[in-house]
Amino acid sequence: MKNERTKLQTLWMLFKATFMLSAFTFGGGFVIVSLMKKKFVEELKWLDEEEMLDITAIAQSSPGPIPINASVILGYRMCGVIGSVVAILGTALPPMIIISTISYFYTQFRTNTVIAVALQVMRAGVAAVIFDVVINLAKNVLKTRRALYIGLMSAAFVAAVVLDISAMTIVLVCLFVGIADMLLQTKREKTAQKEEA
Amino acid sequence: MTILLQLFAAFIQVGLFSVGGGYAAIPLIQNQIVDHYGLMTLEEFTDLITIAEMTPGPISINSATFVGTRLAGIPGAVLCTLGCVLPSFIICLALAFFYYKYRSFGGVQTVLAALRPAVVALIASAGISILLLALFAGEGAAVSLSNLHLIELALFAGGLFLLRKYKTNAISIIFGSGVVGTAAYFALGLV
Repeated sequence: MKNERTKLQTLWMLFKATFMLSAFTFGGGFVIVSLMKKKFVEELKWLDEEEMLDITAIAQSSPGPIPINASVILGYRMCGVIGSVVAILGTALPPMIIISTISYFYTQFRTNTVIAVALQVMRAGVAAVIFDVVINLAKNVLKTRRALYIGLMSAAFVAAVVLDISAMTIVLVCLFVGIADMLLQTKREKTAQKEEA
Repeated sequence: MTILLQLFAAFIQVGLFSVGGGYAAIPLIQNQIVDHYGLMTLEEFTDLITIAEMTPGPISINSATFVGTRLAGIPGAVLCTLGCVLPSFIICLALAFFYYKYRSFGGVQTVLAALRPAVVALIASAGISILLLALFAGEGAAVSLSNLHLIELALFAGGLFLLRKYKTNAISIIFGSGVVGTAAYFALGLV
């Protein structure tokens, strides 16, 4: 009985969190991922940072909207399939409510100066949140002190910002680098074992 | 009834084939909704993109709701969104299952460790594009000192300071920058 209630409580918190994050996410998939990191890793401590980054990579590489994809995985992690459904609901409801309301008077909405100004200045706040998250994440990559990871981060940054290469391609290339790294490591371990024997 | 089925089918395809999220989905939606099924005119579609950019939420969910509401009311909106989300749900559930089953294996850890730095870089790149949009507003506006929006710069710096120093809640920062910034614009007579 007590277990039931805690599960319900978790589902409710999951719904509340995804709903609030989705309602304030302007500007695409990676924005909500930064907010999710702050909420679920730093505030609620439901996940560790590496897990959140893995979820992001999976969400980015799967078809469909990144926020929905991330919600599905996050929900599954917390409460299984029901968790996924609840997280999708939380993420999809705010845009649904906002857009279906707006679709009835969208010309007024589009030409309203107060709304236009508010939306413009809010981007500054969104950018601050993303930078805050990135500073923490980048620090931890530097802390690994592994040239491969620091190199991959710098190369991916240049590829995305300067060369305008798609996120999908960057993730795929790093996936291959990761597989190569794993194969090399297993090989090294095997030779080490042989030497011991 | 047929229109509801058409909408559902169209948005399942949008959900299934829009890899990479966000703007990658726009041509796909246009192809399905405007060209293939003729459910909207190109002009309505342009309005939709403008609104989707101005409001929170993923662009494909926004367009699913917008198209659905305009063509078939609330049931249309629900059905379109459902179609759009269904492929994500099935595919990511399967991936989540495998991820949590195998992630503790050493080999899998090594592969994932190489992906994480890239994800950090991608988040940084998203942050930079939104910062540029905030500081030099308007698509196509030149990135130069004369174009720099000082109010947004102050909001960004202030927001980042609060986040780093006091670990202020993210939503308060976003909402607060909206309120303070709008007030500043009006107080300084910039609108």
